[in-house]
Amino acid sequence: MAEEYEVKRYNIRMAGIGGQGVVTASHIISNGVVISGGFSSLVPFFGSEKRNAPVESYVRISNQQIYEIGEIIFPNVIMIFHPSVITLGKSYTMPFYTGLKQKGIILINSNKPIPFSRDEERELEEKEARIYYLPATEMANDLAKTDLATNMAMCGAISGIFGIPDPVSLAASVKDRFVGKGIVVSGGTAALDSAIEKKFAKKQKLLEANQKVLDGAVQYTIDQGWSEDERSVATSA
Amino acid sequence: MANVVGSSVCRTAVDEGKPADWVPGGEKQTVVDPMKMFHELPREKQFITGSEAARESMRRANIDIAIAYPITPQSESMQQAGYLYDEGYIKEYYRAEEEIGTFSAISGASRAGVRSLTATSGPGLMRGLEAVSSWPGARTPIIMLNMCRVINTPLAIQPDNIEMSFLLNTGILMLHAENQQDFYDYPLAAIMASEQVDVTLPAVVSTDGFFVTHARGPVSITPEEYKLPPRDGWRSAVPAMDNENPPARLSRDAPIQKSNFISYHMHSSWQQEVFAAVERSAKYFRAYLGGLVEVVNPGAEDFIIASGCAVSQAREAVRQEGEKGRTVGLVKIKTIRPFPTEEIFEAVKGAKRILVPEFNQAGWLHKEVCSVLYGRTTGVIKNGPRVYGGMTMPTEMILEWLADFRKEVK
Repeated sequence: MAEEYEVKRYNIRMAGIGGQGVVTASHIISNGVVISGGFSSLVPFFGSEKRNAPVESYVRISNQQIYEIGEIIFPNVIMIFHPSVITLGKSYTMPFYTGLKQKGIILINSNKPIPFSRDEERELEEKEARIYYLPATEMANDLAKTDLATNMAMCGAISGIFGIPDPVSLAASVKDRFVGKGIVVSGGTAALDSAIEKKFAKKQKLLEANQKVLDGAVQYTIDQGWSEDERSVATSA
Repeated sequence: MANVVGSSVCRTAVDEGKPADWVPGGEKQTVVDPMKMFHELPREKQFITGSEAARESMRRANIDIAIAYPITPQSESMQQAGYLYDEGYIKEYYRAEEEIGTFSAISGASRAGVRSLTATSGPGLMRGLEAVSSWPGARTPIIMLNMCRVINTPLAIQPDNIEMSFLLNTGILMLHAENQQDFYDYPLAAIMASEQVDVTLPAVVSTDGFFVTHARGPVSITPEEYKLPPRDGWRSAVPAMDNENPPARLSRDAPIQKSNFISYHMHSSWQQEVFAAVERSAKYFRAYLGGLVEVVNPGAEDFIIASGCAVSQAREAVRQEGEKGRTVGLVKIKTIRPFPTEEIFEAVKGAKRILVPEFNQAGWLHKEVCSVLYGRTTGVIKNGPRVYGGMTMPTEMILEWLADFRKEVK
């Protein structure tokens, strides 16, 4: 690779609560990146698999081979799937922005800004953090008629902001998860799957509903002017 | 269930709800020479978790029986083994009562001459350690997958490989998988090495729980229509037992029952033979894995020696140092037992500074490295960096240690 070759790397830390599909979202994004021809790896982090317990998952995205494994201590992207991660401290990482790299992005699922403490506000300012609020649960309720698709909105937003994975690859990845060869997330998700399937008579309907949310979230990021595509956001790892 | 043909003891496929003409997956596979499987068969790249990589490895391993007791983070892999049983790639599979039971039962299975697999994680390994320690002396080839997990209090389910230090002196063959790819390749190699007549020992393939088992990575796998040759139970240092007609005087005159010179002599020579067999396995691992170590940037002044996950973090550190124009060497240790003494010495004999990053508090790999390099090299061996209790080692940590090391040792 003698010619100009910009190394792009996004290190994403996701935090949410059990049952929201945080780990599934990380698999879907990561798989989408690989489908699109990029490099990705992911690792989930959770305690006992139960609803409302803290969950984290880490996704590395790059256009070159990735060696690192394990938790992402110094992310440049943070996704917060539930406001209580911040407001109730339902997280393994406190405060939630610990380790965020300078000018990093924080995507929060909330329909209104979250009131931070003075210290938090100061530290976020010092880090020049860009905080984006996405009403992911509302979008899921509106478009898919279930809050179980909240994670789809979060996935769509990542695609909208970074362009990796592109929306087509992301859709293919979602398909892989539900009707393809299947993605092994954890034993607990098998039970969740059957709960989802009861809501949707057919998997095709489930896919269509998910796709609506994905598309909606991509459009939302564009409308908000969050899209980074074409803009340089490269950070050396 | 899978034992349809000639089944006198096992339940039939029909009993288990399969169609009468059901053919177990394993019987549709073709046996292939291990060297061909490891080095020649075409490979397809998949993006899968470590647990799924373990499943694909088991699918090709011609396993007769699997026995396990669930524990996080091992459970996902053994859940996958359940699917393999259902598809007929593993002939028998059951959940034992707990780990002492599991590891005792799997030992009995191996004694009967069949290929036997079990799996566990940290605390489960600790619970069953008594049985595990008895495997090598019993000369029972067994494959154990070990997904490392914190064993200390406070309780945690995250990776920490301190448990591996408890296995170092048992006589078991030990491999340390760096990533999902290794967790696919190493069990197959370990099975074939462990069953060689001049080895006849159990083998454990350890990897770091979650960071490998629950994480996705690229894995190149061979076509699923090929499997390893079956175990030949008679081709062992201690031949398989005929359980239909068990020897009546099984433990009469066991050395432990008599305290005299002859029995002590017998016991010590038996142990010597076990550890000699560990060393003899090296030639097989060299052939199967293409060496006991992998060396990156030979001849460098700065070297990192690592095994398991720490290798991945070290690779990234080596890459980032390279971007800054600094060459850092790396020795990846694939086999902990047999320990690649001469390979390590050859790789780092010219090094000035040697770092040994580890995912445990005790620094067992550092001690191993020191014991083989003591008095043979002039390089300074640094005791770390180390993380434990389930923590990740950020690449930044290795880079900081390297920078400090260069200031300390000019």
